[in-house]
Amino acid sequence: MPVMRINVLMWQGSLKQSTFILTALLTFVGCDTNGDTGLLTQKSIIYCSEGSPESFNPQTVTSGVTIDATSNQLYNRLISFQSEDNDIAPSIAKSWHVTRDGKKLTFYLRKDVSFHSTKYFTPTRKLNADDVLFSFNRILDPNHEFHSVSGGKYPFFQSVKFSTLVEHLEKINDYTIRFTLKHSDSSILANLAADFSVILSAEYAEQLSKLGMHQQIDILPIGTGPFKLKEYRAGSFIRYIAHQDYWQKNKTIEQLVFDITPSNTGRLTKLLAGECDITAYPIAHQKIVERPDLTLDAVTSFNIGYLGFNTTKPPFNNKLVRQAVALAINKKSIIDTIYFGKADIADTIIPKASWAYNESEQKQLYSVSKAKELLALAGYPEGLTINIWAMQEPRAYNPDALTMAKLIQADLAEININVEIISSFEWSAFLKRLALGEHQSVLLGWSADHPDPDNFFTPLLSCASAEAGSNRTFWCNQNFDDLLQSALQTTNINLRKQYYEKALAIIADDVPVVPIAHSKRFQARSKKVTGKILNSFGGINFVGVSKN
Amino acid sequence: MLLLTILSFSLSFLFPGNPIINISGQVNATTEQLTLIAEQYQQNDNIFSQYLAYLSHIFSGDLGLSMASQLPVSSEIVNLLPASVELSLVALLLAMITGIPIGFIAAIRHRKVSDNIILTVAMLGYSIPVFWLGLLAILIFSIQLGWLPSAGQISLLYEINHVTGFQFIDILLSDSQYKWQAFQNASTHIIMPACVIALAPATLFIRLARSAMLEVLETSYIRAARAKGLTLQKIIYRHAIRNALVKVIRDVGLQFANLVTIAMVTEVIFSWPGIGRWLIESIFHRDYTAIQGGLLALSSFIFLIHILTDFIYAALNPLARERKHGT
Repeated sequence: MPVMRINVLMWQGSLKQSTFILTALLTFVGCDTNGDTGLLTQKSIIYCSEGSPESFNPQTVTSGVTIDATSNQLYNRLISFQSEDNDIAPSIAKSWHVTRDGKKLTFYLRKDVSFHSTKYFTPTRKLNADDVLFSFNRILDPNHEFHSVSGGKYPFFQSVKFSTLVEHLEKINDYTIRFTLKHSDSSILANLAADFSVILSAEYAEQLSKLGMHQQIDILPIGTGPFKLKEYRAGSFIRYIAHQDYWQKNKTIEQLVFDITPSNTGRLTKLLAGECDITAYPIAHQKIVERPDLTLDAVTSFNIGYLGFNTTKPPFNNKLVRQAVALAINKKSIIDTIYFGKADIADTIIPKASWAYNESEQKQLYSVSKAKELLALAGYPEGLTINIWAMQEPRAYNPDALTMAKLIQADLAEININVEIISSFEWSAFLKRLALGEHQSVLLGWSADHPDPDNFFTPLLSCASAEAGSNRTFWCNQNFDDLLQSALQTTNINLRKQYYEKALAIIADDVPVVPIAHSKRFQARSKKVTGKILNSFGGINFVGVSKN
Repeated sequence: MLLLTILSFSLSFLFPGNPIINISGQVNATTEQLTLIAEQYQQNDNIFSQYLAYLSHIFSGDLGLSMASQLPVSSEIVNLLPASVELSLVALLLAMITGIPIGFIAAIRHRKVSDNIILTVAMLGYSIPVFWLGLLAILIFSIQLGWLPSAGQISLLYEINHVTGFQFIDILLSDSQYKWQAFQNASTHIIMPACVIALAPATLFIRLARSAMLEVLETSYIRAARAKGLTLQKIIYRHAIRNALVKVIRDVGLQFANLVTIAMVTEVIFSWPGIGRWLIESIFHRDYTAIQGGLLALSSFIFLIHILTDFIYAALNPLARERKHGT
C-alpha cells in the first residue's frame, strides 16, 4: 500500500507539472506573436513552383522553370524590357548608343551596382566593365576558362547565332563597353534584354578559379539582382533573401521561398490552405475565382500553337489544299475545348500584344462551303486522306495536342478529308521524325524568348530554319525571307512594322501554317500579395511585390 | 531480433537482381568494386558465414547505400526517424489523454446511455480507414476552413537547423529571432496528422480502459471500500484509477506498433518528412537496400518500445514484479 500511495502522488504531481508547462508554453506563444520582431509570414512570400531548376545560371538553359526561379530574382541584364509596352529600358547600363550602320553598340554602365554578399563570396568592388566582359566572353569564346563548365551549352545564344553575330567586345573604360557586330541586326538589343543575358561576377569567377571550383559558378550563384540565394534543396525548396544593397532601392519582401511542388493537386491544396501565397500553373480555376481571398492572374503569353503543313509533300505542296484546310478548321471550338476558353484565337502567328500585330490583317475565316470549293478546284472533289501528327506531352502553347487533332479530324470530315492521327512518338523521337519530314501536317507551337517579332518569324518560317532549325513546314519563300532581312537591318520601328505587315500578308495568302491559339499563362495568388509578377514572355519577377 | 535480421538478409536474395547490389546498394559500382564488396560480405562462402558477415555490417552501422539517392541508408534513417518518433509520440500521448479518461467514464457509467454512446463512437472511430480520414481532415480543416496547414512539418519560411531531428527541440535550440513563431507554426502543423493517427489507438484505449476499470470495480477491495461508506468519487480517484491505469500501460507498447503502421500512411498523406514516407517511396523506387534497412530500423525501434513499456509496467506494478520472483 505505501508504494502505491507514492505512485499516486507522483502521478498527480507529474500531471500538475505538465499542465503547468503546457499553460506556460501557450502563454509564451501567445505573447510573442505581438513582439517587436513582427510576423515573419508578413515579410515573406512562398511561391509554389512546378519544378526544380536545372541550374542557377539562365545563360545555360532554356527551360521555363529555371528562368522563373533565377533570372529576374538573382540577376540583372544590361538592358531590360519595360513591363507596360515591352520597350527596351535601361538596367545595369544607364544608357547606350548604336552607330548609324548598326554595327557598334556602346553601353554606359551604372556605377552603383553591387553584387550579392553571401556565405560563400564577399565582393570587394562594385560592378564594372570586367563583369560584362566576363559574362559574354564566357559564351562567345570557346577557349574561355569557364566556357565548358556546365557542359559548354548556351542554347539561347546558339539559337540566335550570337557568336557569329558578335565580332568582339571591348572595354573602353571601367564603365563603358562596346559590342562590335559583323552585320547589323535590330534584334540584338532584344536579345541582350532577354532573360538569358545576365551579368555574372568576374571577381567571383576569379575566386573560384583560384580554388579550382569552376563548377560552383552555376550552382552557388552571385548576381546583382534583388534576391540572393540562401539555401537550395533539390526537389524541395529554394530560399532567397533580400539583397540589402540592391541598386534599385525599392522596398520589397525580406524572404522569398520557392516551394517546389510538382503535383497539380498538391499546389492547389497548398494554395487553398494558405501554405502558398502564389501558385504557378493552377488547376480548378473556377474554385479559385470563387474564393474571396484568392485571385487568378492571367496573361497572354508570347506564344503560338499552330497546325503546320509539310509544304514539300503532296497534298500540302498545293496551296489550294492548305487554304481549304485552314478555312475548314473551327478555331473557336478548339479554344473552348482544349484551352477551356482561356486563350486568344490566333489570326496570325504574331500575338496581339506585339507591336508587329496588325489589326487590319485579313483574318482566316471559318467557311465549310468555301473550303469545299477550293478543294474541288485543287483537284480533290472527292476528298482525300491526310495525316496529322500530334505530340503526347502537354506544352504551354498546346495543353492537349491529341484532342485537338481529333477536333480537327471531325472538322475536316465535313469537307471529305479523312484524317489519320499519328501520336505514338515521345517528344524527342517526335521531333527527330518531323525533322526528317515524315509528316504531312503537324500540331506544333512556339514560345518566344523575347518580344521582338523576329523571334516568331525567323525560327518558324525562314528558309534558314527550314534547312536546320525549327521550321517544320519546310516552307521557303524568298520574298518573305528578304522582308525579314530588311526588317532586321533597320532600327526604324515604323519601317520594320511595314516589312512585317507584308510578311504577314504572304503567310496569310500562302498558308504554310494555320495559327490556332495564343495560350495564356495563369497564376493564382492570395489577395494579400500585391504587385506584378507575370510577364507576357520570359520569367516571373518578384521586384516590387509586397504583402500586407 | 534474430528472426528479423534473417528475414532482412534473405530479402536480398528474394528481391530481383544481384544479391550483392541489393544488399550494398552500389548500383553504379564497377566489376572490381563489386568483387571487393562480395568479399566483404563473404559471398563466396557458405550461406551461414554470409549471414554472419551481414550481421557484422549491421552492427557496425553499415546498412549499405540507398539505391535511389546513393546516400548511406543509416544516415537517412538517423535523419528521418526522429520526425516519425516525434509524430508518433505526440499521437500516442493524444490517444492516451483522450482515450483512457473516456474509457473510465464509460466503465463508471456501465450499461447506461453514455456508456453505449461511447462504445458506438469508439467502434466507428476504429473502423474509419486512416487514409480517408486524413484526406477528409485536409478537405475540411485546410481547404474549407483554412485553419490548419496540410503538408510538412513546419512552414518553409522558418529556418531551423537540423540538430536532433526532433523539430520542437531543434526550434528551442535555434537562435532565430522568430523562434516562437516557428514553434507555433510547427504546432499547427502537427495537430492534424497527430489527431488522425491518434483516432484508432484512442478508441482502443477507450475499450481497454473501460474493461480494466470494470475489472477493478469488481474486485473485493473496491467492494470493501464501498462497504466502508466511501463515496464513489473517492473510491474512483483514490483506488480505482491507478489500479486500472497499470493494466492499461501494459498494452501501450502493443498499441505502439499499430500506431507506427498508421503513422506511415499518414506521413504520406500529410507529406511528413519521416521514415514512413521514405519507406513507401523506396518501395515505389524499388530501392531494396532502403527497404531492408528501414524495415530493420523500424522493427528494432518498436521492439525497443515494447521492452521499455514492459519495464515501466513492472516499475509501476508491484504485482508484476512479485510474480516474476515467485515463478
